[in-house]
Amino acid sequence: MCSDPSSLEGFQWLLCYLTTAKHMQFYGSFGIVMLLLVVTVPFIMVFGFLGALARRSGFAPFRWFGLGYTSMVRGVPDIAFFLFVPIALDQFVEFSRHKIKCSDSTEPIYQGNDFVVCAAAKMPLGSAPQFFHEAWGFTLAVVAFAIVFGAFAANTIHGALMAVPKGQLETARAYGMNDRQTFWRVHMPQMWVYALPGLSNLWQILIKATPLLFLLGIEEIVYWARELGGAKTGFFTYPHPDWRMWYFMALLFFYVFLTWASQKAFIWLEIKLARGMTSRTTGVRA
Amino acid sequence: MSCAETFTGYVFRSLGYGERLLPKGEITLCDQFVLIGSGLMWNVYFALLAVIFGFVFATLLAFIRVNGNLVLRAPVEVFVFIFRGSPLFIQFFFVYELFSQLPRVGVEIPLGFATITAETAWLTKAWLGATIVLFLNTSAYTAEIFTGALRAVPTGDIEAADAYGMSGYKKFRRIVWPTMLRLAWPSYSNEAIFLFHSTTLVYFSGFPAWKQKGDALYYANYFAEKTFNPFVAYPIVAFYFICVTLLIVAFFGFFSKKLNYHLATETRKKYRPLAMLGR
Repeated sequence: MCSDPSSLEGFQWLLCYLTTAKHMQFYGSFGIVMLLLVVTVPFIMVFGFLGALARRSGFAPFRWFGLGYTSMVRGVPDIAFFLFVPIALDQFVEFSRHKIKCSDSTEPIYQGNDFVVCAAAKMPLGSAPQFFHEAWGFTLAVVAFAIVFGAFAANTIHGALMAVPKGQLETARAYGMNDRQTFWRVHMPQMWVYALPGLSNLWQILIKATPLLFLLGIEEIVYWARELGGAKTGFFTYPHPDWRMWYFMALLFFYVFLTWASQKAFIWLEIKLARGMTSRTTGVRA
Repeated sequence: MSCAETFTGYVFRSLGYGERLLPKGEITLCDQFVLIGSGLMWNVYFALLAVIFGFVFATLLAFIRVNGNLVLRAPVEVFVFIFRGSPLFIQFFFVYELFSQLPRVGVEIPLGFATITAETAWLTKAWLGATIVLFLNTSAYTAEIFTGALRAVPTGDIEAADAYGMSGYKKFRRIVWPTMLRLAWPSYSNEAIFLFHSTTLVYFSGFPAWKQKGDALYYANYFAEKTFNPFVAYPIVAFYFICVTLLIVAFFGFFSKKLNYHLATETRKKYRPLAMLGR
């Protein structure tokens, strides 16, 4: 049916237009957004826990590090981190590989306005298939997201650990639990209720930060919206004027739906977690 | 070029004055400090306009949400829902494309002493278009904060105002509004900080930097790409932003004191903007 688009009209034309191979790639790129969300969340939680524990550490340098890490996202725009971390990490990896693999090289790496490493130190190697280049770019993006949002999560978890009533911990000690047992059996399980509102907020922010992947050169939804939406002359199979506005409108509604749905999910989760606690201590309307 | 020459040549470069070409070849630390600082003016400009106009508009929106009838309330709810539910980055792209579809016309605005011709093409420029997006965005977030605060104004306060014979505007101006501000202040100062940080998105979204007139992050990105060294330009941006953020915190802290002046020390809500989560 779609073999001769110029003969089609109206709805049929639109149907064929929206199912071209390029559009299929566009729909696939929504998967990249989802993939980023799924992959980063565990890392964010790990960074968050390490940051929060560092802030509570008895060893002062750890505490200062934790405080610095959790404070940095308050003073510096996250976009600056998204631009900085991938390129810094990329250079760090290539620098290290250069030192190891080309230790006989005497050329300096920073030559004026150039960053030069030997061919064997390139990451990924110039000869590597396209997939590795894309995967490496995605990995750098994941690290950047994990660092920034890990700092937010550390703030939330730190606050939640502080919010657990002292009486609970004292009771645990009175039962003869040691520090470790108190932390894992009483402190941690109770922390979640207090952390959830902050974490749900964080999840919403994370969703709304995913289009920034575009800035990292990843072919995701913003990239495809610009590609497909741009005006197509009669030279193309499906000529149309500038439709970018409509593509971005679709993205807008995709995100509105995603945040709305996750908000519903979090409210459900909050009610679940608040079971067995009085509403006075948690503030959750159960 | 000496640092003093760099300063005079580039300090207003982001506004289009001074040297035409950006620094090339040998790029000094001074170049980076001056030019990125020059770009910072745009961040301050965007944030200042959006926050000031957003404050007024958000107060109105919150008032409608709490007191208005369904016909008034429905569009406000939709507006807040969409602007809070979608990424600012996409909003920039969408609004830019929307504005660039508008027919190119000039609208005469009489100012009394002179007439200026406002062109719709201005809307596709960052100074107006991006400011409008930021204004709408912060209005939606602020309206949500203010709505919560407005609903939390103690009934007793309002009843006391009624008992004193206050009504309408007087009651709002003297009782409801100050209490709303006091309750909303910590969250609101947080929103202002995050809005200021969001201004760095402008030149990375749809809005083009015309003649290389951009904001702090735009120039930092330029230097990082030119020198292949991100370890200088981005820390400079970070430095500038931390300084301005601390200024914002100090400013809001000052007003926080004013708003809580009449309260006993222990009932005051602790003002700790840096302990909160953003948007």
